[in-house]
Amino acid sequence: MATTLTINGTDHRIDAPEDTPLLWVLRDELGMTGTKFGCGVGSCGACTVHIDGEAMRSCQVALGDVWGDVTTIEGLGTPDAMHALQAAWLRNQVAQCGYCQSGQIMQAADLLSQNPDPSDADIDLAMSGNLCRCGTYSRIRAAIHDAAADLREDVL
Amino acid sequence: MSRLGTITRRSFLVASAAIAGGVAFGIYKVRQPIPNPLDPDQGSALNAFLVIDQDGVTAISGRADMGQGAQSTLAMLIAEELDVDWQSVRVAHGPASAAYYNAAMLEAAMPGAEYNKSSWMRTVGEVVGNAGGKLLGTQITGGSTSVKDGFEKMRLAGASARETLKRAAADRLGVDVARLTTEAGAVIAPDGTSLPYAELAEAAARIEPPQVEPRPRARWRLLGTDQPRRDMQAKITGTQAYGIDTRLPGMKFASLRMNPRLGGALRGFDPAPALAIPGVEQVLDIDGGIAVVARNSWAAMQGAQAVDCDWGPAPYPDTTEAIFAQIEAAFEDSPNSTMRDEGPETQDGDEITAEYRLPYLAHAPLEPMNATALFEDGRLTLWSPNQSPLVQQRTAARGAGIEPEQVTVHTTAMGGAFGRRGESDYSELAARVARQMPGVPVQVTWSREEDMTHDFYRPGVIARLRGVVSDGTARQFDAQIAGQGMTAQVAPRLFGLPVAGPDRALVEGLFDQPYAIPSYRVRGYTADMDFPVSFWRSVGASHNGFIHESFIDEMAHAAGRDPMDFRLDLVRPESAVAAGVLEAVRAMSNWDNARAEGRALGVAMVWSFGTPVAQVIEVEDQDGAIRVARAWIACDPGIALDPQNLRAQMEGGLIFGLSAALHGQITVSDGMVDQWNFPDTDGLRISGAPRIEVQVLETNPHLGGIGEPGTPPAAPALANAIFALTGTRARELPLDRQFDFVL
Repeated sequence: MATTLTINGTDHRIDAPEDTPLLWVLRDELGMTGTKFGCGVGSCGACTVHIDGEAMRSCQVALGDVWGDVTTIEGLGTPDAMHALQAAWLRNQVAQCGYCQSGQIMQAADLLSQNPDPSDADIDLAMSGNLCRCGTYSRIRAAIHDAAADLREDVL
Repeated sequence: MSRLGTITRRSFLVASAAIAGGVAFGIYKVRQPIPNPLDPDQGSALNAFLVIDQDGVTAISGRADMGQGAQSTLAMLIAEELDVDWQSVRVAHGPASAAYYNAAMLEAAMPGAEYNKSSWMRTVGEVVGNAGGKLLGTQITGGSTSVKDGFEKMRLAGASARETLKRAAADRLGVDVARLTTEAGAVIAPDGTSLPYAELAEAAARIEPPQVEPRPRARWRLLGTDQPRRDMQAKITGTQAYGIDTRLPGMKFASLRMNPRLGGALRGFDPAPALAIPGVEQVLDIDGGIAVVARNSWAAMQGAQAVDCDWGPAPYPDTTEAIFAQIEAAFEDSPNSTMRDEGPETQDGDEITAEYRLPYLAHAPLEPMNATALFEDGRLTLWSPNQSPLVQQRTAARGAGIEPEQVTVHTTAMGGAFGRRGESDYSELAARVARQMPGVPVQVTWSREEDMTHDFYRPGVIARLRGVVSDGTARQFDAQIAGQGMTAQVAPRLFGLPVAGPDRALVEGLFDQPYAIPSYRVRGYTADMDFPVSFWRSVGASHNGFIHESFIDEMAHAAGRDPMDFRLDLVRPESAVAAGVLEAVRAMSNWDNARAEGRALGVAMVWSFGTPVAQVIEVEDQDGAIRVARAWIACDPGIALDPQNLRAQMEGGLIFGLSAALHGQITVSDGMVDQWNFPDTDGLRISGAPRIEVQVLETNPHLGGIGEPGTPPAAPALANAIFALTGTRARELPLDRQFDFVL
């Protein structure tokens, strides 16, 4: 049975079993590879996307259960029009291997949408589900503060 | 399709004179050059490290990116000489070719401690590294050697290309070459005429490249400054294609399950439960395990899990206890190596002894093992995230039943590696799958559980230490360490070479530390077992850094001395460079100012891969649990070529070391690895990560590595801080089995 999903503002008709996790629908059925597979059990955060603006582990959401519009890293910003977080990630040179960073950035976007001026403790709490094996954590903290300041300035 | 696809696929412009993989210039000239493997269908390959086409300059890296940033630094070395705008430089990985052999890696395997090698030993090492590297085709990304290896090669390649382009411009303009300059990717004539490199490249490729010395450091404009990594933007916008992101027309998705008793046989299997799963198309016998081909990776993983397999027994002792009993028994044999043996056997003073025991560890890069392969017309094309393209070529050929020359390897970006991707099992297994599906590209992705339980692990070790102190200083340091010999496994597996003799990997980080202790003895004992082990970020120093620096700390306390003073007194006479990094962290951490109650500091210094690194860690007691609060790092790699990335590697190296120290362990029950996924053997999370400050010194007369040396001091600095806080000495890892942490 086909399911229709709105992903990054575009409707996609997907003819796959409803228990297929959203992660694999994105990566293998639709070829949108910016969202990463790391653990498959919701413990590393590499597959984080937004559903109706909320950060979710796409490996833990079945296609048939997707309840709203999906935004992936490709929809957050592009190389030519980066999101404030991506610009801050670039300024702070956060990524090493970079494999976890799609998920880190999607999680951070959710944090900033709820808390425009997070403390280090707020960041630690929101981001501790996202594993980085290269150990870029101090730069992630710095980049989130940087992006938050940038976004607050835009509002003023 | 990788950019290299278009660089090497077919013949259009043959590059200029035979270039020996960058060794045809200056002092690196060799007699039998290796042909330039680059053969672009558009643009010109001025040498094995550079392609110029209509879109500009592409630096060709012989080394892969696993996160360590070496490709960007290598490109900077070329760009410095070539006078191109950094933002316009692109980077691609070169093909599998002996032209990209790594001389520095073999050089590092020569006998002796790196910190006090004499100049003649360095010269011999260089010659052996170049000759052996070329012979063996060691195109390997590892040993923190990429930039050391490329430092001359890449600058010579850039300088030679620049002068060749100028000659082409001189020919075209009829102007004396001495009157031409270069700037922002163009040759500039005296009248201001600007000829972009792209317009000159084809003519330049036909000119014999001159031998040019690279520019002196005083003239550097790019090197030594903070520059953005060339891969950063792709990695933060989801547009970087890793191996697992390879997508080809008509590609099938597969996953596999190998015998969980590593190396054991597959005696039989029933595919029916897998074939009943929607989306599953085929179940294949891949010798030692099964592969399931499906419409997507999820269905393939479900299918692989569902196949009913009859596994043979493990070819090694089937519990952790039995494995460690065999390691312990190795002490009864004669030593495999005695790489340090100085001074008399005994000294007068107070004797202390201790035994240390460290676990096996998984690499667990975040991108699980995978490879994509297409078997067609007797040839195999492989897309493989790997650290050793020629090894992949050989083993994938074996998997497909063809010759290595019939395998084309595309080395993709890696979502981490840490040594895991120097192995080639994932490529060979993908080849076994592709061989059974001619004409159909297939991506074979491992589940995290398969990855974690089928690693080549960092060996577990047991170390027995004896020290003598008197009058506040060390008189004797005697270490005996037992563990599986890594080289004896890795050399035959990767290079088909049986290697016997002393195993340096077991004792490095222990025998080669710059301490002036009058009686100093390090013996290694190898336990011969078929439990799979391999290089893990910082290799022997990953365990020996902990053993050496923890026991030095024990000796300092036994001598009634401050651990920093105790170390400096011993290190200063042996190495001013190593003393320098200790002095730096002493100042950075404000070591000499007493901490408030409930806070404590620990220090460690390890010289590995040519770079001494000292770290101080501050811990604090939070209601009976330990918080890893702050870390200070000082390193001295000689020259900070790419300072931004250097600091990042030091930060990441520390976190990698802390992750293992706090949580890391692999254990075995019934022949199978007990840890399946990240909750079982986790990495440090952001909430447990300390604030980090890094200082880079530049007094080391020799260029050192940066990717690994940040890891070894982390565990001992933390354990020493915990001892200062709690009075309890950690002689086993991981620490989370012995202490409560705020993480």
